[in-house]
Amino acid sequence: MAVLQFREALKHAIDEEMSRDERVFVMGEEVAEYNGAYKVTEGLLDKYGYRRVIDTPISELGFAGLGVGAAMNGLRPIVEFMTFNFAVLAADQIINHATKVKYMTGGQADCPIVFRGPNASAGQLGATHSVAYDSMYAHFPGLKVIYVSEPNDAKGLMKSAIRDENPVLFMESEQMYGLKGEVSDEEDFIIPIGKGKIKREGSDVTLVAHGKMYHLAVQAANELAKDGIECEIIDPRTVKPLDLELILKSVKKTNRCIVIDEAHPFAGFAAEIGFLIQREAFDYLDAPVLRVCLPDVNAPFSKPLFDAWLPSPKQIIDAVKQVSY
Amino acid sequence: MAKKATSDIRFAPTGMESPEKGGVQKGVDLPAATRKKHKSLGLTAQQLKDMYHQMYLQRRFEERAMQQYQKGKFGGFLHLYIGQEAISTGTVFAFNNDDDIITAYRDHGWGLCRGISANEGMAELFGKATGCSGGKGGSMHFANVKEHFWGGYGIVGGHIPIASGLAFANKYNANGRISACFFGDGAVDQGALHETMNLAQLWKLPTIFVVENNGYSMGTAAKRHTVAEIVDRAKGYGKKSAVINGMDVFSVYEKMKEIADDVREHSEPWFVEIRTYRYRGHSMSDPQKYRTKEELEEYQNIDPIERLKSYLVAEKVCNEAEISSIEESIEDEVLAAVTFADESPFPDQSELYTDMFVEDNPYFHV
Ligand SMILES: Cc1ncc(C[n+]2csc(CCOP(=O)(O)OP(=O)(O)O)c2C)c(N)n1
Ligand SMILES: [Mg+2]
Repeated sequence: MAVLQFREALKHAIDEEMSRDERVFVMGEEVAEYNGAYKVTEGLLDKYGYRRVIDTPISELGFAGLGVGAAMNGLRPIVEFMTFNFAVLAADQIINHATKVKYMTGGQADCPIVFRGPNASAGQLGATHSVAYDSMYAHFPGLKVIYVSEPNDAKGLMKSAIRDENPVLFMESEQMYGLKGEVSDEEDFIIPIGKGKIKREGSDVTLVAHGKMYHLAVQAANELAKDGIECEIIDPRTVKPLDLELILKSVKKTNRCIVIDEAHPFAGFAAEIGFLIQREAFDYLDAPVLRVCLPDVNAPFSKPLFDAWLPSPKQIIDAVKQVSY
Repeated sequence: MAKKATSDIRFAPTGMESPEKGGVQKGVDLPAATRKKHKSLGLTAQQLKDMYHQMYLQRRFEERAMQQYQKGKFGGFLHLYIGQEAISTGTVFAFNNDDDIITAYRDHGWGLCRGISANEGMAELFGKATGCSGGKGGSMHFANVKEHFWGGYGIVGGHIPIASGLAFANKYNANGRISACFFGDGAVDQGALHETMNLAQLWKLPTIFVVENNGYSMGTAAKRHTVAEIVDRAKGYGKKSAVINGMDVFSVYEKMKEIADDVREHSEPWFVEIRTYRYRGHSMSDPQKYRTKEELEEYQNIDPIERLKSYLVAEKVCNEAEISSIEESIEDEVLAAVTFADESPFPDQSELYTDMFVEDNPYFHV
């Protein structure tokens, strides 16, 4: 095990896959000469040169689509968005093209591409820079959606994403890039897409939390443990395909579940998990499945409003107490 | 034909840091400034003093804002307009007060020029209820709609079609107003610009597309992110165009007035490239390795504020004492704004749910 920052874990994964497979290349705004807006691609230009590490203009629609075409024509692009908030401009290429080209051509063309970058909010960046997009993309058939919480998962899943033969969305967070964690130094360390992980065992209530929200769940669980409430934390790691089995197994044990999600409530990840639990484990529930997520309003700039807007460990604790009767 | 070695293949133009990487690319070349004096431009002595007041206000406001940011008084992004003040000032003096202006996130100067007080601006940066956008927007979203400043926008290129929509409504209502959209050289690469350039031309909208080419899009020199001369984009759309020296407020004023008159008269859009330079980093965390100190100094030596000041003295519009008194009053105004922002209350928690819908009791999903 080596202790790596989140950004280093991602870089190692990309680096290993680039050295393993010459078809893999990286493009995006400031990824090459500037070494990445968040330094995820630091040093890759020096190592792999200008052919494989490419700076783009601010043309999200254009370079995302260019990636789709390159993937169809035999390459394996890693397209970095400075954040997924800007990938909205490229949504046509992701939703209408990357996910549909194989189907529309009756299987003649594949699209092995990774779209990656930070997701959701990162402090007081205002309404247009703070949206969590994992639920939205998971809505569309033909995409795999990953939103990781820890360096080890980042490394193992990034390698899987690059090797995957389909379009994969890989989400990170500006606020986690500096986070350190133990990363396996096993050779060719891979975590399969679609496998969640029990990150804390407990018998009283299941917390399902991924991405940045995972860390809030840990804080809440530590607090609750002081009151003798033991939370089991499941990090699904991959939003889609979803490791429902792992979640159900835990809920059948604890009989209670809180979903913590960084998206807005309507038709989000939390809504989906809640629905699936009632369908598959209705008889096991001792309390309704609750969710802690963003309110149904845009991100405000002002600090106290922003703090009220973002889910907090306190809200998780309150939700757990509400179901612990 | 021999196959090219793959190691020689390049896509993006290179040129940062070291000579091996192509050397640092120069940001912009300035066209000549106007040689006209204020009287032949139709500017009065009082207007010149007001211009100086405005430019100096923008500069000191941002210098103080930067200090407050570094002290940790507020968070988020802070993109400074320092160096580019002649553009907002020259334009606003050239336009009618009810002409519509919209810009990107580098918006403080525009806001101050269009009626946002130093108090309201500083309070917005601090996220206070007394800010121009009630603390909801922050640095990137200054707005003063009643003075026809439609705000700053954070998605690069996102506001370009909106400017044409403002112009559409003006033409629809035959109200004699024009609109202008200001955006960076980086935004030139967005599809939104090209779609809107075509629409605006096709529908003869009274609008001006203005690129504030400050040489860089974050850490990428203009020549590394976009082809040819930016202004030449106009040709493909049959659009009237101009290149302006943005380090000289007279040049901006002269040309923008001419263009505004033409747009108003003929209801036809223009595409304008104003060349300028940003002195500070892209935002507050920018090591600025992509440019040289010498280049920065070259522009600081032709600072638009210093230039106007020298003119005022040389042409005996003001003496040194009058200039000092303008500067001192601004110094006081900006310091008072810091105190005002500091002492203002944060928005009430209930404000989280206001400004989402027009109704008093809108539906929120829970
Ligand atoms: C669609 C989109 N992509 C990327 C960004 C991130 N970003 C913010 S400003 C910027 C550079 C823009 O440069 P330019 O248009 O020249 O304006 P300047 O900052 O020089 O005023 C980038 C890449 C964004 N805000 N929106
Ligand atoms: Mg620029």
